[in-house]
Amino acid sequence: MKKNKRSLLAVPYVVWMALFVVAPIIMVVVYAFSTASGGFTLDNFTRMGTYTVIFTRSFKLALIATAVCLLIGYPLSYIMAREGPRFQRVGMMLIMLPMWVNFLLRTYSWMSILEKNGLINQFFSAIGLFDLINAVFGTNIEYFHMIGTQGAVVLGMVYNYLPFMILPIYSVIVKLDNSLLEAARDLGANSTAVFRKVIFPLSLPGILSGVTMVFVPSVSTFAISRLLGGGTQMLLGDLIEQQFLGGAYNPHLGSAIALVMMLIVIVCMWVMNHFGEGEEQAVML
Amino acid sequence: MKKLVALTLAGSLALGLFLTGCSVEQVSSEPNETVSSSESGADTGDRVLNVCNWGEYIDESLITQFEEETGIKVNYQTAESNEALYSLLKSGGANYDVICPSDYMISQLIEEDMLQPLDYSKIPNFEKIDTRFKNLSYDPENLYTVPYTWGTLGIIYNTTMVDEPITSWSAMFDEQYAGDVLLINNSRDALGMALYYLGYSVNTTDEAQIREAFQLLSDAVSKGVYQGKVMDEVFQKMEQGNAAIATYYAGDYLTMLENNPDLAYVVPEEGSNWFVDAMCILKDAQNVDEAHEWINFLASTEANLANMDYIWYASPNAEALEQYPAYYEETYGEPLDMELYEIMAAPQEVLDRCEAYLVLPEATRTLYNDLWIELGL
Repeated sequence: MKKNKRSLLAVPYVVWMALFVVAPIIMVVVYAFSTASGGFTLDNFTRMGTYTVIFTRSFKLALIATAVCLLIGYPLSYIMAREGPRFQRVGMMLIMLPMWVNFLLRTYSWMSILEKNGLINQFFSAIGLFDLINAVFGTNIEYFHMIGTQGAVVLGMVYNYLPFMILPIYSVIVKLDNSLLEAARDLGANSTAVFRKVIFPLSLPGILSGVTMVFVPSVSTFAISRLLGGGTQMLLGDLIEQQFLGGAYNPHLGSAIALVMMLIVIVCMWVMNHFGEGEEQAVML
Repeated sequence: MKKLVALTLAGSLALGLFLTGCSVEQVSSEPNETVSSSESGADTGDRVLNVCNWGEYIDESLITQFEEETGIKVNYQTAESNEALYSLLKSGGANYDVICPSDYMISQLIEEDMLQPLDYSKIPNFEKIDTRFKNLSYDPENLYTVPYTWGTLGIIYNTTMVDEPITSWSAMFDEQYAGDVLLINNSRDALGMALYYLGYSVNTTDEAQIREAFQLLSDAVSKGVYQGKVMDEVFQKMEQGNAAIATYYAGDYLTMLENNPDLAYVVPEEGSNWFVDAMCILKDAQNVDEAHEWINFLASTEANLANMDYIWYASPNAEALEQYPAYYEETYGEPLDMELYEIMAAPQEVLDRCEAYLVLPEATRTLYNDLWIELGL
């Protein structure tokens, strides 16, 4: 009886998942394997070979962005978690603050920062950096080419998704039992060994969920690549968007691409979770 | 084991929901209809109209004025492009009455039987539309449409960033301006400019010609000519001097000019696209009478003058076209710069070298899309 009542509480969640997660995925699968007239087809998948470049580029840029986020995010989370509550509050505030501004707006402002006549180039030109470089190296540059490059796209991803790396790592490290660290030190581990043998393995669940939360949106973004990549660094998100809102309306192909992308992401996550095997609180499910 | 049972349960539940979801979707158009017709029924007095137009494409005070005059509540929505509008209509996510697509999209919609013939007796203002804009190729007998705006596509350039005035599409492929050129993010317009440059028709279905045009673009891409592919980002980039050359629409050039007086506009000598955006009523529209009233209202001379002044796109209304310079002088107390007026409303000799887009056959549309994605690889 009691058990029944408790499972009743899960009903909203199950309904929600069924309606907004499972049903859409089933629709994507149905679309991916059908033609406009409703027949079964595999054409949508065989056509995909053409897009290998876009697949590779998307996963490459997302991987780089994730790695950069980890490199910046881990030390930051570590330092923050080891500091006093005052520092933590301010730090947390500063990390969350940008997220109160709309994502597109933030990306749009990066666009005007990185432009040819953007803030960075104007600043460098005002302090005479370009003149200096030209004088020293005999070059003839008037600005740094930043917008429309892969670097700009990665920057956009790192900027937008860094909080998703910091927060889970921070919340794991902040909860680490101090007595474990003391015990390690008592047993003769130096600080490198404490970090390597105790802190790092214990923070792995945080890292795994941070990596997931950065990698997945990075691999499927389309706004960042369109605004900062200038439309020349087409990613999977752009490709899919084109099938739904672009010149050739082909939701079947779009669904097929989305499906393949989803499968690759799942495989990536699976491999990664095995990589962190032994950690009971692994991220996925 | 318990987990497995739960999973199966969830799965079957999901499937059930999905199936019912589907059937609900299929019948939903009917209940909707009854709701709307009771809404628009004379006894309740609540008349509504669902309009979809482009963003920034109307003097918004006209909407309020129409609502006040007729008591019809206007649900005004916007779409980003013809293609986005088309997919909204196709996916059934929208229930518009009046839409305002461009010429080639109109012929596609007519071909697919998605529009309904208009009752021109309810649109007396159609008389005032300049005959140049009637019976055009997209609607040869003029059964479905009332023109809303028209204009040209051309090259916008920053006079301080180029060496000499631009007159030809060649500037769009010229290495000299590498990194300073913006490609329009729309396969039809982008391949179109290459087709003009090569001297082919922009409506060609010859695959060899289209591939040649693509090669031209693709070579320019590999030489680094283009800074990026843009649509509305073009405003920021051109106004702030972040790019020197772009392909865009005349009306938008005039908007940019207000923020950057160094910009110039040219319809290249090889010719270009001239377009008409026209209002039409969808086949499954629920508020047909209201839709006719709206179209008639927007076709009036007063509405066209207000719109021209606000969005800087030329009106197809003959009276409005003629009266606009005087209207401008009266409103702003200074004469209208006729050079600008001729950019907005291109004179006949410019239109003579321009070509309107026709709808392309399905195979050519697929080719366009494939090539366009190949360009982004």
